[in-house]
Amino acid sequence: MKIRDYIPTRVGFGKGLKEAADQMPEIIGLGADITGSVNMNFFAEAHPDRFYSLGIAEQNITGVAAGLALEGKIPVMATYGVFSAMRNTDQVRISVCYNNLHVIIGGAHAGISVGPDGATHQALEDIAIMRSLPNMTVLSPCDATQANQAIKAALTDQDSPVYLRFGREAVPDFMPDDIAFEIGKAQLLKDGVDLTIVATGHLVWEALEAAKELESGGVSARVINLHTIKPIDREILIKASAETGAIVTAEEHQIMGGMGSAVAEVLSEYAPCPMKFIGVNDTFGESGQPDELMEKYKLKSKNIVTAAHEVLINKAKK
Amino acid sequence: MEIRISVINSLAAAGSGHLGGSLGLADVFTSLYFKELNHKPENPEWENRDRLVLSIGHVAPIFYTTLAHCGYFSVEELSTLRKLGSRLQGHPATDHHTPGLETSAGSLGQGLSIATGMALAAKHNGANHRIFSIHGDGELQEGAIWEAAMAAGNYQLDNMVAIVDRNGVQIDGPTEQVMGVEPLVDKWRAFNWKVHECNGNDIIDILRCFDVVKEATNQPQVIIAHTKMGAGVVEIENDYTWHGKPPRPENVDNFIAQVKQNYHENS
Repeated sequence: MKIRDYIPTRVGFGKGLKEAADQMPEIIGLGADITGSVNMNFFAEAHPDRFYSLGIAEQNITGVAAGLALEGKIPVMATYGVFSAMRNTDQVRISVCYNNLHVIIGGAHAGISVGPDGATHQALEDIAIMRSLPNMTVLSPCDATQANQAIKAALTDQDSPVYLRFGREAVPDFMPDDIAFEIGKAQLLKDGVDLTIVATGHLVWEALEAAKELESGGVSARVINLHTIKPIDREILIKASAETGAIVTAEEHQIMGGMGSAVAEVLSEYAPCPMKFIGVNDTFGESGQPDELMEKYKLKSKNIVTAAHEVLINKAKK
Repeated sequence: MEIRISVINSLAAAGSGHLGGSLGLADVFTSLYFKELNHKPENPEWENRDRLVLSIGHVAPIFYTTLAHCGYFSVEELSTLRKLGSRLQGHPATDHHTPGLETSAGSLGQGLSIATGMALAAKHNGANHRIFSIHGDGELQEGAIWEAAMAAGNYQLDNMVAIVDRNGVQIDGPTEQVMGVEPLVDKWRAFNWKVHECNGNDIIDILRCFDVVKEATNQPQVIIAHTKMGAGVVEIENDYTWHGKPPRPENVDNFIAQVKQNYHENS
């Protein structure tokens, strides 16, 4: 896998939405005052007659989206994940999920790499909350190319609620666009036999880097891109556990309740093996440059490498 | 009268649920479903139907009872209220496929946003049906109501009619003691809504109000329906302790007798 460019995943979301909407007149965009920041501007400029600005009112936007969906529209609302998954959680739960409506909720500025804005704007709990809601699908694409595919799949392949998580910073864009994206089907990006790194979001690139470094030290690491956190791809995880016997998970989210927890829920029941979790450990974020924060909160490829060595020791003890 | 009696019977059979609010709204629901709403009980998903969004899920008994009496399902089914496997969930739920139900409800403050979304969709499609929603006065303490009121006013959604059940009481006591919602008329006006008031326990006055609402405007409209919680059963009228209680089996005959007496005195 090679880096083509550095692009924020929000750009992939925004362009994918606009391209899908060119073909699908039932798509309606709902703005929450940060339309440009979440890159819904591409849609709003191309389809002003299908874009409704609703202001800084996330609870209402969620209910309006539900009302539109009840009438057969496909509403897409997007704001920062801290607001689109948390300010409005009860509306997502009752108006959207309990009614099982095809509403797309974009969660922008996911993770600590939001940077200088600090903890209030860094969504670190959204996966945990969204994945616990019945009927909800949770997507976390690994780069801009995949974010483009993910929003299209959410619009065309689903008829139920979708939470789609994406980030603020420019991150490596590396996924070949001829690799199909299928909701619920994780991707094996690199094979390996000693352990498996399961990553989501832009930490997938860090996982690939970590695997390369491990390889040079004689450790063969498998890398799985878990772009769909719910419904989770049990099969690929159980196979990885059975074949490699050790798992490291990596995500830009709280360890508690996040993607790693979801993986552990599957493996502890069906194929237990030693695990290590890379993520934010029960703390708020803070201001700083994105890369400084990724270092400080131990979310880099070198941290994945360290966790890999630790989990291999536990595997050997078994 | 029959609808009030059905509400009392189904809640007594359920052994839990909110009696007061349901009785207070009996005249509003009767006026809507037997006169005002353009709907087809035999075809609940008819595209041109007027939508009714029940935002206060706890008055499900009067909602279900009215639906049954106008033919969405059998009156016998009302005795399954709140029981395992019933389509008549304690708070209305679309996943149980209740005929005539537009949206799940039970968490207060969400229905006006849903109605706003439906009204936007209708405008977008050039459809002529109207979107009614029913709210409690205590519910207006939820902030999201005012987010929705702002949006509906902003988009001049004149295809929306919100009805507020102004019975003045909520679970903890009188609304103005729990958290004052007055001045209610001024609040809605300030959000660019056209405001009407009626006696919500007088069908003639409710229908008069509905006629006024039909006059052209470029605003969403709200009807503040002044009701008595528990209306029809003199013994419990306006007694807030009856907001969230069902009648006990030993109350049933007495309450039904009061409904009948009240009906004959007023007809």
